[in-house]
Amino acid sequence: MNFKSLTLTLLACGAISTASQATTTIQWWHAMTGPLNDKVNELANKFNASQTEYKVVPAFKGNYDETLAAGIAAFRAKEPPAILQVFEVGTATMMNSKGAIRSVATVMKEAGEKFDPKIYIPAVAGYYTSSKGEMLSFPFNSSTTVFYYNKDAFKKAGLDPNKPPKTWPELFADARKLKDVAHMTAFTTDWQAWVQVESFSAYHNTLYATKDNGFGGLDARLVFNTPLEVQHITNLQKMVQEGTFSYGGRKSESQAKFFTGECAMCMGSSSSLAAIRQNAKFNFGVAPLPYYPDAKGAPQNTIIGGASLWVMNGRPAAEYKGVAKFFSFLSKPEIQADWHQSTGYLPLTLAAYELTKKSGYYEKNPGADVSVQAMVVKVTNKSRGVRLGYLPQIRMILDEELEAVWAGKKAPKEALDEAVARGNEQLERFQKISGS
Amino acid sequence: MEKRVVFNERWLPALLLLPQLAITTVFFFIPAGEALYQSLFRQDAFGLTMEFAGLDNFRVLFTDPGYLASFRTTAIFSVGVTVLGLSVALVLAWFADRLIRAKTTVRTLIVWPYAIAPAIAGVLWMFLFNPSLGLVSHWLKLLGVNWNYLLNGTQALALVTGIAAWKQISYNFLFFLAGLQSIPKALLEAAAIDGARSWKRFWSIVFPLLSPTTFFLLVINIIYAFFDTFPIIDAVTQGGPSKATEILVYKVYNDGFKGLDIGGSAAQSVILMVVVILLTIVQFRHVERRVSY
Repeated sequence: MNFKSLTLTLLACGAISTASQATTTIQWWHAMTGPLNDKVNELANKFNASQTEYKVVPAFKGNYDETLAAGIAAFRAKEPPAILQVFEVGTATMMNSKGAIRSVATVMKEAGEKFDPKIYIPAVAGYYTSSKGEMLSFPFNSSTTVFYYNKDAFKKAGLDPNKPPKTWPELFADARKLKDVAHMTAFTTDWQAWVQVESFSAYHNTLYATKDNGFGGLDARLVFNTPLEVQHITNLQKMVQEGTFSYGGRKSESQAKFFTGECAMCMGSSSSLAAIRQNAKFNFGVAPLPYYPDAKGAPQNTIIGGASLWVMNGRPAAEYKGVAKFFSFLSKPEIQADWHQSTGYLPLTLAAYELTKKSGYYEKNPGADVSVQAMVVKVTNKSRGVRLGYLPQIRMILDEELEAVWAGKKAPKEALDEAVARGNEQLERFQKISGS
Repeated sequence: MEKRVVFNERWLPALLLLPQLAITTVFFFIPAGEALYQSLFRQDAFGLTMEFAGLDNFRVLFTDPGYLASFRTTAIFSVGVTVLGLSVALVLAWFADRLIRAKTTVRTLIVWPYAIAPAIAGVLWMFLFNPSLGLVSHWLKLLGVNWNYLLNGTQALALVTGIAAWKQISYNFLFFLAGLQSIPKALLEAAAIDGARSWKRFWSIVFPLLSPTTFFLLVINIIYAFFDTFPIIDAVTQGGPSKATEILVYKVYNDGFKGLDIGGSAAQSVILMVVVILLTIVQFRHVERRVSY
């Protein structure tokens, strides 16, 4: 490149950068991969095209843990993004970092943007709302736990493909048939700590932690080692020994075992629907999770997962106006309905749910409303969700203990007791740091 | 004999030292100082509140059985990586040195893995050994081995040890090969004339003469196993199952970045730093005593 063209290029760059100064850029850090990442970019593009004042720039920052760590590091370096996506287990950490965040309610009010918290589905928004009724973060992508099963395999095993197991004893019986007749590993689960302990407790209307699972205060302590949970983990350990449960990993690795046809039944997030739809070469069904019929109050509702969008402190005022506009945009029924249908995440507003229902989507895609149904059951204090400090750490502890159970190295009771004890140390530490 | 260069001005040596000092300051002294400082505090994730904790973070660590177990895991892992990496590399170098045909090709092939990023190496091996998809796992199952490193901690540790050693073999190989080539041919010929067989020649002449190289590699490999193997662990096991592969440096990451326990994580880095300083002291003492450059 000669000097003249270099100068021209530099001038051109200068021209572009001055042109872009007229619009306010809003950084949005997220953890969405694959088809979900495309969808996030599509949302940002749609918003950017709808007006000229603001430009939302999504940036992928790795998985949920890494995105949160990146956000924290950026805040400490005084360069936080305006919007940070934080997974649901990070909620307590964010809520208790008052100086680092700005509540959605405040952002909307200060920007003069119309905001009615009542339009959001209570079970979803409730999780991200403070005890005083202030909506803290924007519930962008909420999922819940559902049950996927391979209809072809059920047929092969001589089971009714339209009758997924309703209860755990039914599931155990079906699993044996799937193994003996269809010669398949019957069962696997994604996110074991979330699905088999957190959501399991809520679904059976029993507490995961005291103080209403942490909603009631920082002095909450873990109590998921009751006979019900111990019995459940013992049953799953038996399945491992029988060869009807194949463990695939701590996160969503196991769904690959399902869509490759290795395992006939899989529990996981409702947001896995897109990936399963894309990869499964067989007929599959989506159903609510099974329960133990002798447990009182079961089935309740399942627990919320996914992530929400937090507004970080320390940005120029103009950006917050744009954030408010963007949140209003995301709340539009047609945007929400499309997001819900293409990703399997829960619709955020009741209007979006109605719109989807009216469009005949649920008739065409049986099973897609299982997640919504699972969440609209009346929520109790035991099933509203789990909101504890250091929950990522607690999940990791549970993962470690459960792995020891599946490997046959620890008895279920011993492992759960140990997980409770180790987890409570984390909670004590969190209480000390968050000081109250 | 000491080599000495005499500078007439004072500013020139200072200037020449400056770039290195600047780099060390920015990438070592400042972060290390920060870690030392933070290890004495209890703080929340965002650094909004800091509470002086004294040595409490350290006390918690040394009463945590998980941390002591991590020390054990690290010891097994680094000894495994070092022994495996050094012995295989030495055997390969011994044979490559005596090759007559296709010398360069063979050497290039052996050095190849060194060019692969650790994370890629991890993923590569993971595909071979993945319990449900892996090719090697398939063979192992045919042999009747119940291969599942997602649940079996011993298998997981063996797997990451294997990968880490494999990555390091090329590096060790290069040094061993250079070491072998610098051994005077006359010595070996004399021994051969005296009737020493190839194995005897190796143990009585080659191995002792290689000892400075071996010692250097030993230290380098231990430091490698302590720190540079992080991406392999992260790609393959993430420290699991049930902490079976959680080496010290991975625990720093887990507690700091996933658990958001900055103080505890900083205390762990300080302990790691002390370990490395000790290793380096040992290395220099021995290198000074045993090796003449």
